[in-house]
Amino acid sequence: MSTNKVIHALYNDDDVLMDAVKTVKEANHHIEEVFTPFPVHGLDKLLGLPHTRLAICAFIYGLCGLSFAIWMTNYMMIQDWPQDIGGKPNFAWIYNMPAFVPIMFELTVFFAAHLMVITFYMRSRLWPFKEAENPDPRTTDDIFLMEIPVEDNEEELTALLNTTNAVEIKVIEKH
Amino acid sequence: MYQFSSKLKITAIALMVIGLIGIIISFASAPSTEAEAAEILAHQTDAHGAHGGDAHATKEISHDEHHEHADKDAHHADTTHDAHADHHAEEGHDAGHLAHVLHQLQNRPWAAFYVALFFFTFVTVVVFAFLNIQRVAQAGWSIVLFRVMEGISGFLPYVSVIFLGFLIITALHGNHLFVWMAEGTVDPSSPNFDPIIANKSGWLNVPRWLICSIIYLVGWNVFVYLNRKHSVLQDNASDLKNYYKNYKFGVAFLAFFIFTESMSVWDWIMGLDPHWFSTLFGWYVFATAVVSALTVIAMVTVYLKSKGYLEIVNNSHLHDLAKFMFGFSIFWTYLWFAQFMLIWYADMPEETTYFVQRFDEYKLLFLGMIPLNFILPVLMLVNSDFKRIPQIVLGTGTIILIGHYIDVFVMIMPATVGDQWGFGWGEVGSVLFFLGLFIYAVFTTISKAPLIAKGNPFLHESEHFHY
Repeated sequence: MSTNKVIHALYNDDDVLMDAVKTVKEANHHIEEVFTPFPVHGLDKLLGLPHTRLAICAFIYGLCGLSFAIWMTNYMMIQDWPQDIGGKPNFAWIYNMPAFVPIMFELTVFFAAHLMVITFYMRSRLWPFKEAENPDPRTTDDIFLMEIPVEDNEEELTALLNTTNAVEIKVIEKH
Repeated sequence: MYQFSSKLKITAIALMVIGLIGIIISFASAPSTEAEAAEILAHQTDAHGAHGGDAHATKEISHDEHHEHADKDAHHADTTHDAHADHHAEEGHDAGHLAHVLHQLQNRPWAAFYVALFFFTFVTVVVFAFLNIQRVAQAGWSIVLFRVMEGISGFLPYVSVIFLGFLIITALHGNHLFVWMAEGTVDPSSPNFDPIIANKSGWLNVPRWLICSIIYLVGWNVFVYLNRKHSVLQDNASDLKNYYKNYKFGVAFLAFFIFTESMSVWDWIMGLDPHWFSTLFGWYVFATAVVSALTVIAMVTVYLKSKGYLEIVNNSHLHDLAKFMFGFSIFWTYLWFAQFMLIWYADMPEETTYFVQRFDEYKLLFLGMIPLNFILPVLMLVNSDFKRIPQIVLGTGTIILIGHYIDVFVMIMPATVGDQWGFGWGEVGSVLFFLGLFIYAVFTTISKAPLIAKGNPFLHESEHFHY
């Protein structure tokens, strides 16, 4: 790549944006990024983004939570100090299992939910004091922005984007 | 329009005939005298002995329990005859035990029939309840499935007639399923007197029981009839009058249903164990029925689609049904566990006996329900892609239906046949009979109206539904 130039094409409607994405995709240009003020249904499919695997993570985290709960209740209530508490059987974990189910359930949910959220933050690189990466503040309000890297084809790209009802087309030097 | 294929019709009739033969065999082989019961018992002990020590030992233990039971009864009856107390008790011991087993063995064909009858009736009425929930909630996705649900609801009149006949036979002492109906339970001078039942006789009396049962069944059928009538009328209507009528009937039915569902479960299931009570039992039985109902809807839908009759139904509709199956499987487990755990934790004798008996005599079924109704459905249907595959929905659905049949089995059998349960001609035959009747009635109803409810204002949305 010879330059660090990108084109920003701005749109004021999500349907227009979808059509533009389709046009650009059909012309075989790579779309670097799309900024929208709200989730646009079907945009990820149009961009050809792969499915998220967050749900699989959550399932595995849930299993970890379940295992942790089983280990913890077994260690505390059966192995370490098996007391007779109100006649509840403590000869083996399974005999007192129903009493542990609420803990098992809650810890499963706790692990699945929190670890999944943390995974999400890490994968999308979100944290407090993180510098915002917003190319144009209007995209948080009512403007949709498509970013396309330029590779010696600036004129061709601009011409193509001009056909897509963009409200604004800017060529920007990126650092 | 759906054409009821002759192949399916023959299958349905064959199932009914085979089922009926099974039911007749089970009734014919039930013992009528204590001598016959003793013979069956001896045979059982032999068979178990041949299978190995463990089975034999279990049988013996449960027999001993019965002996103890009979002993107590005998003593109770003989307390006034001090001189002959021991002698009488010894005699009453054997006789009491045999009479007990005889009743259980005589109950078995009835109970086997009742399990299938109740299961199919309840699943059908809950399919109708689900249809009305969809109507009242103005769901946009399920309109293309309305005719399937209406078709399944069309089974209700058939099964209601059988249920009604069964109730009348029961009320006329044709069987001994409900102990509180036995002679003398409320009469203090009778040896059969049971003060607990006597205290509940304001609710547990045959006239009230029969009248209420008829109200439930007739009420549900009236709503099924009204719903179907206006749904078909709406197909060619130029305005939405019938649609609004059905909306109102839906609201009325759901209000009626929430009461009658709970009460019918007290009458028809909890009444089998008149010494026991549980507050969330009505919802729990509803949960069993609603999972099965959604499964049945999904299965009939998949069948009709595979035959090319429901082209408009896409895999998003199936996905939604599977999501409901998944969610309500968890809901069932939640109620099952909430009921079990509260009773297990407090361990109050009058409540715990219910589970002690199920745990001792029905351990395999009682514990087997958890993988069938919870673990397998959850693992199979948690995956979003799996929920769209008809084969997976059918396979999981079969597991769910078997699991919930067992659930109903474990509700009814311990109170009626005790440890004399099994899966024989009666049990299998009853299921096959009702399955045949179900197929026959449902597909006959479906073939009588177009498969898409044209007049529904949400139809367009439903046709383009995708998730």
